[in-house]
Amino acid sequence: MHTLNELKCTFPARSENESFARTMVCAFAAQLNPTVEDLADLRTAVSEAVTNCIVHGYRDREGIISVTVRLLPNSVIYVRIADKGCGIEDIAKAMEPLYSGAPNEERAGLGFTVMQSFTDRLTVRSQVGKGTAVTMRKKMCHAADEAAD
Amino acid sequence: MVELKQEPQKLTAFLCGELDHHHVKEIRETVDFAVREQLPPLVILDFSRVTFMDSSGIGLIMGRSRLMEEYGGVLEIHNPSAHIRKVLRISGTDRLAVIRNQQANKGGAMNHAYPQ
Repeated sequence: MHTLNELKCTFPARSENESFARTMVCAFAAQLNPTVEDLADLRTAVSEAVTNCIVHGYRDREGIISVTVRLLPNSVIYVRIADKGCGIEDIAKAMEPLYSGAPNEERAGLGFTVMQSFTDRLTVRSQVGKGTAVTMRKKMCHAADEAAD
Repeated sequence: MVELKQEPQKLTAFLCGELDHHHVKEIRETVDFAVREQLPPLVILDFSRVTFMDSSGIGLIMGRSRLMEEYGGVLEIHNPSAHIRKVLRISGTDRLAVIRNQQANKGGAMNHAYPQ
């Protein structure tokens, strides 16, 4: 892929890092001068993926989350969020709305639904015992274009 | 973070800040304690001061809705921002609870700095 700019970061899979991860990705995306709405969508999608690493990937143990953000041509942002956690046995099932892999924890089971709704393209790769990588692509609309109305 | 306002027949939980996985646990415990103690017929989750929400916040709402159902109470969601309303809509949460937007400035000293 033709990458115009890139950020790579790793951090412990701790819930206190969820906010930081969202802010970091959005701060990097800011150079595209996106609309408030697109940034809010991106922030939420990132939050879902990072939370999955913490709640599911590394349930009950420590681990590292790797985040890669790339700015691609045509104002497209690419985000890859990966863990080396337990992996997903049945990806299709995991992506079913309202299905939760943590039924005792009062989780909505909507993480993937939100990611799909707020980005243009979502891919999930996973191997049991090895980990999971979620990649998302989103074309970010320029705030200037909206202001031109 | 959450501030509770208790009135006869009504409990309002003013949720503040970011409703993500990290923050919802404390909010859930605080709200549930108050609800189980009083069993108010109406519980309002006020989102005026909420700056962010993902599906962990949806889980919080769904869980509170189930709790209210146990004793026949009603849950309402007040003053979500435009983006949070979007999250509520795509998750179908708008079918679980009535959503209202109040014009009045709730909470006294707080300024509503968040885009609607």
